[in-house]
Amino acid sequence: MKKIIQWIDDRFPLISTWKTHVSEYYAPKNFNFYYFFGSLALVVLANQLITGIWLTMFYTPTVSEAFSSVEYIMRDVNYGWLLRYMHSTGASAFFIVLYIHMYRGLLYGSYQKPRELLWLFGMVLFILIMAEAFFGYLLPWGQMSYWGAQVITSLIGAIPYVGDNLVIWLRGDYTIANATLQRFFALHVIGVPLLILMLVFFHLVALHKVGSNNPEGIEIKKQLGKDGKPLDGIPFHPYYTVKDAVALVLFLIGFFAVVFFAPDMGGFFLEHDNFTPANPMVTPDHIAPVWYMTPFYAILRAVPDKLLGIILMGSAIILLLFMPWLDRSPVHSMRYKGTYSRVALALFVCSFVTLGYLGMTSVTPLKQLLARAASALYFAYFLLMPFYSRFESHGIVPRRIKA
Amino acid sequence: MKKFIAFIFFYLFTLSSLYASDTKLLSVKVDINNKEALQRGAQFYMNYCSGCHALRYLRYNRMAQDLGLTTFDGQIDKTLLQNNLIFTQAKPQDPIEVSMPAESARQWFGRVPPDLSLTARERSPAWIYTYLKSFYADPKSPFHTNNLLIPDVSMPNVLAPLSGVNILRNPHTERKTLLLIENGTMTKQQFDQSIKDLVTFLTYVSEPIKPQRISLGLRVLPFLFLLLIVVYLLKKSLWKKLDGKL
Repeated sequence: MKKIIQWIDDRFPLISTWKTHVSEYYAPKNFNFYYFFGSLALVVLANQLITGIWLTMFYTPTVSEAFSSVEYIMRDVNYGWLLRYMHSTGASAFFIVLYIHMYRGLLYGSYQKPRELLWLFGMVLFILIMAEAFFGYLLPWGQMSYWGAQVITSLIGAIPYVGDNLVIWLRGDYTIANATLQRFFALHVIGVPLLILMLVFFHLVALHKVGSNNPEGIEIKKQLGKDGKPLDGIPFHPYYTVKDAVALVLFLIGFFAVVFFAPDMGGFFLEHDNFTPANPMVTPDHIAPVWYMTPFYAILRAVPDKLLGIILMGSAIILLLFMPWLDRSPVHSMRYKGTYSRVALALFVCSFVTLGYLGMTSVTPLKQLLARAASALYFAYFLLMPFYSRFESHGIVPRRIKA
Repeated sequence: MKKFIAFIFFYLFTLSSLYASDTKLLSVKVDINNKEALQRGAQFYMNYCSGCHALRYLRYNRMAQDLGLTTFDGQIDKTLLQNNLIFTQAKPQDPIEVSMPAESARQWFGRVPPDLSLTARERSPAWIYTYLKSFYADPKSPFHTNNLLIPDVSMPNVLAPLSGVNILRNPHTERKTLLLIENGTMTKQQFDQSIKDLVTFLTYVSEPIKPQRISLGLRVLPFLFLLLIVVYLLKKSLWKKLDGKL
């Protein structure tokens, strides 16, 4: 065995890679609950890739066959239902995990220097995963797949001058049609996943270069022991691999409880309207995206002007990219930040949840007002951050992580 | 963290009070494990619905297997199936299609009657139950029947001989109710029971693998709980080494 490893190591940096990234990668000793979600995101990604490959074996990306082939998977393929429910539940699970992962970043300032690039890679990943979810949602070719794609692609038409032609170019037809289904299939199964994998690689390389942040926001690399190892760090393997394994099993319990006992989640994970095949002649009464897109959809609907709405919806996501430069606070973690930052983050979470809820329901005058107020709060969190984060009084960060 | 989750739930609950539900569906309890109800429902479906509505995502033999139309050795009872539930030229392995040509359907009803394989998941069992109990006589419509749940529905009231004829009691008010003016061959109780059986059958059809899904879940989750104990003990024993350092 030793010989084989030596043989490989002469030709490939096996042992040094293992040491740098696993067995001698020092992580802060005080990780809490929120720090499980990075590794969980990797697990969900693996789940999506593996179940996705098997679904591709049985799925037919044509307008006449797509809906039937999904039902064929659900009924005639051995354990096809399990693969499909794992894939559909995995999509929602991915966003639950990612939203908590991102909230953790906001809470403990994990985007601040020197982790700006790490945060940017993460944000690009988030945008790619949203695109992946959007392309994938058309594939079952249900009513909501069709009309959701119709509404979202038509948004491009609001761009002045080139908009209308751009929409036709994107769809490959005048409406969502066979050409659209086939290109979305190509992008969903190979185009975007390749980019996602590449970005995940970059995200991890960047993380291991700068090291993990922690709930205290203390840089463990500044306090090294005699052996050159961080005093407040512990090796990732075996301590965090085994701790993450506990979290993983807990996650799997929740995940499979949904897969086996409530795969629709009351219409949140699999929408009721998607159990009827796409019909271009009948528009559903109420078109709403899946829950994870609804906060941004609510912002879009809150603006009376179509183009302005699209710009605001886009900037709601793009603004997150600028977090490292919007936050002017000298401390990382919310534990040492001042009252303004805490209130701002709380209001931001409220506005995000409110928008998410409003995006699912149909519009009434009261809800429209609420959506506008929540959108204003959402943007205020980012745009006022340079001021409140700079001028508030903050606590003093200790040099070492307390026992 | 607990506070955070509790807060989010409380917040969503408060928000949801803004949402006024306007559905007035009758409630119905279906038990897809009740084989007799499923068989009665299948019989009712084949007699009253299958002329127009296909179940193209279900095969006859799959239905026979799941509904217990089997011989002593577990094989499906083809004679029983063919004599009682297959009214077309279909073979047992065929999907449940209609023999009515689509073009004729369009001429007669204005549209092709929808496939009902997934209706219970699209609309809910309570919706189907309410829909079938909401027909009333309306001389103004082409088939002289109408429906409270879908006004100006294109489906004629094919169950009228069983349920009897209802009319609208108070057509000009918000809360419309129905009044039975002519008895059918079934009592109200019998009719409701038959519709309930039919809804049970359609609920089964919408997801035939559901019993398999539940039973696999009941085996996977206990395994995961056992695994959790093992992994947790492993974590605890490993982290003991760090006692001085933490």
